[in-house]
Amino acid sequence: MPAVQETIDRVKEIDVDQYKYGFETIIEMEKAPKGLNEDIIRFISAKKEEPEWMLEWRLDAYRRWLTMQEPDWARVSYPKIDFNDIYYYAAPKSNEAPKSLDEVDPEILKTYEKLGIPLREQEMLAGIAPENRVAVDAVFDSVSVATTFKKELAEAGVIFCSISEAVREYPELVQKYLGTVVPKSDNYYAALNSAVFTDGSFVYVPPGVRCPMELSTYFRINEKNTGQFERTLIIADEGAYVSYLEGCTAPQRDENQLHAAVVELVTLDEAEIKYSTVQNWYPGDAQGKGGIYNFVTKRGDCRGKNSVITWTQVETGSAITWKYPSCILRGDGSRGEFYSIAVSNGRQQIDSGTKMIHLGKNTTSRIISKGISAGHSENTYRGLVSAHRKASNSRNFTNCDSLLIGNNCGAHTVPYIESKNASAVFEHEATTSKISEDQLFYCMQRGLDEEEAVALIVNGFVKDVLQKLPMEFAVEAQKLISISLEGSVG
Amino acid sequence: MLEIKNLVVEIEGTRILNGLDLTVNNGEIAAIMGPNGSGKSTLSYVVAGKEEYEVLDGEIILDGQNVLEMEPSERAAAGVFLAFQYPLEIPGVATMTFLKAALNAQRKSRGEAELTTPDFIKRVNAAAQQLEIPKDMLKRALNVGFSGGEKKRMEILQMALLEPRFCILDETDSGLDIDALRIAAEGVNALRSPDRSFLVITHYQRLLNYIVPDSVHVMAGGKIVKSGGKELALELEANGYADYKAQEAA
Ligand SMILES: Nc1ncnc2c1ncn2[C@@H]1O[C@H](COP(=O)(O)OP(=O)(O)O)[C@@H](O)[C@H]1O
Ligand SMILES: [Mg+2]
Repeated sequence: MPAVQETIDRVKEIDVDQYKYGFETIIEMEKAPKGLNEDIIRFISAKKEEPEWMLEWRLDAYRRWLTMQEPDWARVSYPKIDFNDIYYYAAPKSNEAPKSLDEVDPEILKTYEKLGIPLREQEMLAGIAPENRVAVDAVFDSVSVATTFKKELAEAGVIFCSISEAVREYPELVQKYLGTVVPKSDNYYAALNSAVFTDGSFVYVPPGVRCPMELSTYFRINEKNTGQFERTLIIADEGAYVSYLEGCTAPQRDENQLHAAVVELVTLDEAEIKYSTVQNWYPGDAQGKGGIYNFVTKRGDCRGKNSVITWTQVETGSAITWKYPSCILRGDGSRGEFYSIAVSNGRQQIDSGTKMIHLGKNTTSRIISKGISAGHSENTYRGLVSAHRKASNSRNFTNCDSLLIGNNCGAHTVPYIESKNASAVFEHEATTSKISEDQLFYCMQRGLDEEEAVALIVNGFVKDVLQKLPMEFAVEAQKLISISLEGSVG
Repeated sequence: MLEIKNLVVEIEGTRILNGLDLTVNNGEIAAIMGPNGSGKSTLSYVVAGKEEYEVLDGEIILDGQNVLEMEPSERAAAGVFLAFQYPLEIPGVATMTFLKAALNAQRKSRGEAELTTPDFIKRVNAAAQQLEIPKDMLKRALNVGFSGGEKKRMEILQMALLEPRFCILDETDSGLDIDALRIAAEGVNALRSPDRSFLVITHYQRLLNYIVPDSVHVMAGGKIVKSGGKELALELEANGYADYKAQEAA
């Protein structure tokens, strides 16, 4: 079979490369010193073999970043970040990588097991150094699957590659769209990301094309070490459709404490993008130590008429989440949707929500947010809905529900509504409820143990949003939510 | 068979049950009557395993097993069922989903296979029909927006479905109109069997016209102060609890 032959060749190629360069040497060569200055940015750009315009773009972002202040309005608190104490390029992760699953945090392995993730994939997700993986069939698997996918996408005319590759191979598309949704100086973290991003995805779906697969499937197998400063740009040209799933339900190993990603989506006339996220970064230990800070800027621009952008997110990880996937409803008749489940436990702090900016006529938006707080966590929904002067007949429906488990957590809802057009109709509903001891006892009296009881009630609470996820991920996300709430009562 | 011996229970430092003794044999229907606040609901919660009650002394033995050492869910799997005086609402969880989760959790802990969905639906529908519960209600979130009477009937439906060994009905009759009472009572009677026992807690003789008990126990001040046959219920109906309250005060 040709596919197998291809795979074997690829495996050989990889082995040869590794042999030729040797692992240690690669590390030495790729290592940039800690800290941030223009030279580091030049280094990153050179490493990526970027054209001059890209370097200039980064430097401009950096200079703007220097003049900006770290935002402090979110309801989160953390020690001040020393931005000069961070590696911005190829931090030498690999020599610290676990050599086998024996060296991986047993808690993480337990989660893999509960999610039913196969061993080979566990090794990849846990970041086992490649030379130690029981590799052959793991590599076999991912390479062959990846190759099949690549071919199918190419036949449809869909471009799906890393952002670095896109900068080199499709400069016109990148130049046309990069930073047009999230400008370089949009906010502190977005500016930082614009200066130093090293990784991320690029998707372009040509006019009239329906992307033949969920881009998730491909992603899950290939994404091993997402960058600290991810940059993603997705464009659906006129009448195109694509569904993209970021992340993976399994917790991933990562030593980078600060994550500041930027995601930009653009839909032209009649186009649609569905962007789903399952975020499960390390939340830190019971005291909240060591968890990831996740400061993300995600925004979609419904640039064309009747175009649609849907954000669906399941957030269960990270010590601190600062994240507001938003839609600019610029095209007349365009629609923005935001469906969110945010689960916080332990010492996690989540400040998340969305912005729906109605600019065009007859634009509609829908926000369904389900926040679940347990342990000593704090969970804030922050949402803005605005209608500009020209946005006549714009409509928004917002529903924000919070569920508390236990007595030591907090849930907060901070809605902002601004309307400059009298014909706009915005509806807002919010509820806060608590899982009571009596409800739990009732369920247990019927035979469920405490964790099953919590899971049942929580599933009832989030099911409307889970249904918005692609099927295969909905099931995993459901399990994941139960797992992240384990030990939240009693 | 359920045996309760010298049960002493406190909540937040207040003594509620005071050396209660009670035996309910297999196949027996025992009724407990008693004034408000005498500890009837407390007894049912302690048998079911509600956490906040502190058992200071005594034992509860079900078919030779020490119930007090078991988690509430283990007790349920062992066959303890409590029809709550005030059934809880579970928002967002469809009644069907809840019933299936409960039944399968119990089967699992007894080492039995899960029921297939068609099998399960058949059983629920049969029970619902007998209790005149419309199918629509099974799709709604459990007990959310149900009337008092509907909630009570839903408790009986759960009992029918879970086929427990030992059923406690805590004032299932209160809040039911006469028709609903008859339907619920018929549901209970249909479950009578030589190896199933019932503890029926009620204020009113009325229920006992429909569910005829084998024994009647009067509870006052946290213990059983008098036991007798079904005629004891009639006597209580005529004379009230005054005698027993006086006894308690003395
Ligand atoms: N959480 C509690 N804290 C203190 N006292 C309680 C608590 N729950 C019940 N009680 C008291 O226990 C007594 C028995 O209550 P209960 O068992 O509900 O009686 P009954 O069901 O017979 O009416 C009452 O006096 C009641 O006030
Ligand atoms: Mg009572």
